[in-house]
Amino acid sequence: MKRNTAVNALLLLAVAALAVLPLALGLGDHKEEPFAGADAEAETAITEIEPDYEPWFAPLYEPPSGEVESALFALQAALGTGVLAYYFGLRRGRRQGERRAAEAQPGARPGETGSAAGAAGDLETREA
Amino acid sequence: MSPVSQETGQGASTIHEVLERVCPVMHIAEGFLPPAHAVAWGVASAPFIVHGVRSLTREVREHPESTLLLGASGAFTFVLSALKLPSVTGSCSHPTGTGLGAILFRPPMMAVLGTITLLFQALLLAHGGLTTLGANAFSMAIVGPWAGYALYRLLRRYGAPLMAAVFFGAFAADLSTYCVTSAQLALAFPDPVSGFWGALGKFGSIFALTQIPLAVSEGLLTVFVMRLLVQSSRGELVRLGVLLPGGRAGTGKKADSGAVA
Repeated sequence: MKRNTAVNALLLLAVAALAVLPLALGLGDHKEEPFAGADAEAETAITEIEPDYEPWFAPLYEPPSGEVESALFALQAALGTGVLAYYFGLRRGRRQGERRAAEAQPGARPGETGSAAGAAGDLETREA
Repeated sequence: MSPVSQETGQGASTIHEVLERVCPVMHIAEGFLPPAHAVAWGVASAPFIVHGVRSLTREVREHPESTLLLGASGAFTFVLSALKLPSVTGSCSHPTGTGLGAILFRPPMMAVLGTITLLFQALLLAHGGLTTLGANAFSMAIVGPWAGYALYRLLRRYGAPLMAAVFFGAFAADLSTYCVTSAQLALAFPDPVSGFWGALGKFGSIFALTQIPLAVSEGLLTVFVMRLLVQSSRGELVRLGVLLPGGRAGTGKKADSGAVA
């Protein structure tokens, strides 16, 4: 594995570890409802600090169930991921296109470095 | 709002237990800031958002090619604020993802992109809210990006490697957002005994514990995306001043990737 890819994989692995460790170590065991959605807890907690406090405005739309809510959260993440994937895919394709165009006409030079190194075009030839 | 009315009947537990449960409020829930506070935070946020919309339209007009990267920055915020991650305190919270856009496009853009994300969550997910939009925008879309950007610039000025500065910038954007949220809550719901500062101290200390691992995650993810950007969008990063022209990022990182090639 190339060093660059290895570093990226390590970064993602560290994020995953940070998310999984609290679960694996049972850090939520002291709670009645471990790893609960914190906003509902917060609402009740505020009314406990100030028992008289009445929320004066209700959400216009509330997901009817936890399942629908997580579906909408998944939708949000999917939308974002889609746009990010589109962006990086487009960039990748453009770079490949430029590289191929440069190889087709040896006279023209691409803006990027390492035109010779890019002989294998599609492979992960990541010039720095 | 049904859980609220059910719970009010029960006697309040100790203040510490209460605070421990309040702490991982990701955004302040609908209707949970007194009207005066809601209006005040709205008024405080409005100029930043208006200014942000202006600089956003100017940027898009002058550099239409940056629209894509702007979209990607907004998308990053979308993804990260949908990721509710478990944390060491046994609760869940989520990162904000505002650091990346603030570093790339300066904070005013994030005032807009962050507010759009908040609006999406308030309208569709009943997460955060319209009446608390001003307060939540102030913490996540204004203070967070500015704090992250400031730390990033400071570190860069003193010669920190690009990726280290990006990590700490994103870390600061995330953590400061939740510090502001706890201050906003402490202002609205001061501790009956020790008042604002007491409430802030308690909120803050618990907040920090929950959010620090998430802020680390956010920093790592932002570094990850920035590394992809360095590979894929060098020209754009040079134009935005993140990389120096001629392929030098100023310090460590650049030499590093040069060595890889």
